[in-house]
Amino acid sequence: MATPNTPLWEVFIRSRNGLAHKHVGSLHASDATMALQAARDIYTRRGEGLSIWVVPSTAITASDPTEKGMMFEPAESKIYRHPTFYEVPEEVGHM
Amino acid sequence: MYTQALNTAETDDRGLEDAGRAAQFQARIDAEERIEPNDWMPAAYRKTLTRQISQHAHSEIVGMLPEGNWITRAPSLRRKAALLAKVQDECGHGLYLYAAAETLGTSREELVDAMLAGKAKYSSIFNYPTLTWADIGTIGWLVDGAAIMNQIPLCRCSYGPYARAMIRVCKEESFHQRQGYEIMLTLCRGSEEQKAMAQDALNRWWWPVLMMFGPPDSTSQHSDTSTKWKIKRFSNDELRQKFVDATVPQAQYLGLTIPDPGMTQDADGHWRYSEIDWTEFKQVLAGNGPCNRDRIAARRKAHAEGAWVREAAASYAAKRAHRQTAQAAE
Repeated sequence: MATPNTPLWEVFIRSRNGLAHKHVGSLHASDATMALQAARDIYTRRGEGLSIWVVPSTAITASDPTEKGMMFEPAESKIYRHPTFYEVPEEVGHM
Repeated sequence: MYTQALNTAETDDRGLEDAGRAAQFQARIDAEERIEPNDWMPAAYRKTLTRQISQHAHSEIVGMLPEGNWITRAPSLRRKAALLAKVQDECGHGLYLYAAAETLGTSREELVDAMLAGKAKYSSIFNYPTLTWADIGTIGWLVDGAAIMNQIPLCRCSYGPYARAMIRVCKEESFHQRQGYEIMLTLCRGSEEQKAMAQDALNRWWWPVLMMFGPPDSTSQHSDTSTKWKIKRFSNDELRQKFVDATVPQAQYLGLTIPDPGMTQDADGHWRYSEIDWTEFKQVLAGNGPCNRDRIAARRKAHAEGAWVREAAASYAAKRAHRQTAQAAE
């Protein structure tokens, strides 16, 4: 008999105080409590974290890689959004 | 994100591949771009990687068996704690790798079932027995040493999830090799019997370890396309030679003799080893190694004995979800 599938979870870990949670990988678990315990065992065996988030993979909506151009190109031409676009005379000093 | 649902939904319309997309894909590879799960990829790339990553995962899991054999008999608490941590790491590595393989659209359950059914391969090395404590030292020193040699270039593999899993694995694996070498060093500085035990383990493991790198370049089936796709960065023979060159001085330091009387050092400093017995390798891969049947039997037993846990966890989760829905409706 084929083994039934167990839900997939994405794991996010805060590695140090003051840093954001970062995606580290995924795992299978039947519920949130077990997902947290498994994340502790799989991803923090050497003190890699202070806090863990687990999120059901099905809850994530991802952008479509084939539409990457349409999504991100509009920002590329807008160089005036960066500080280096503007000229400030040297005499003015650091700004 | 590596949701399986995204991958499986798209598989059907990928049956017909056009040459234009394949050329674009190759251009991305040539430009050293990483391929991510939901990017377009040739069906053969997907198939090759699914096979390679899942075999790698199975190897980590089956690899827990020969070492697990010695946890209860480790000679001191220090050694026991280290071995236990190493075996836990192997389990973790298997899980990272199954997660990476799944991003290609085959579920972990299907991959595990294929291994239990004897349809999927795992590394030939884990079909050899661990007869003495010196075997645990030798495995850490040589088997993990060979694995690291093979895995470091995989950190730059073209497939993103596999490369990232390998980075984690390599970070953790360096302790494995060092703890193995420390065991060998202790035995070699011990009594005559202990040193003989270390030499005996090296004699038995040396050739199987060289076989881990796979068939010679002249006969390897998968190498050409894997190299073109940057899954593989070095050939089997290149990695094997690097490993031998790194290992010979380590053996000399221990005062052990590599069981290859024909070995010589060439003008460039490379250690040239004798012909490898490839019939033994083929026999072990075909299921006729010393422990093939035991390993599969042990995996099947563990899987069957864990069935009630999976069932209980699933039914508890279903009950909780049901109750939450009922409460929300009130």
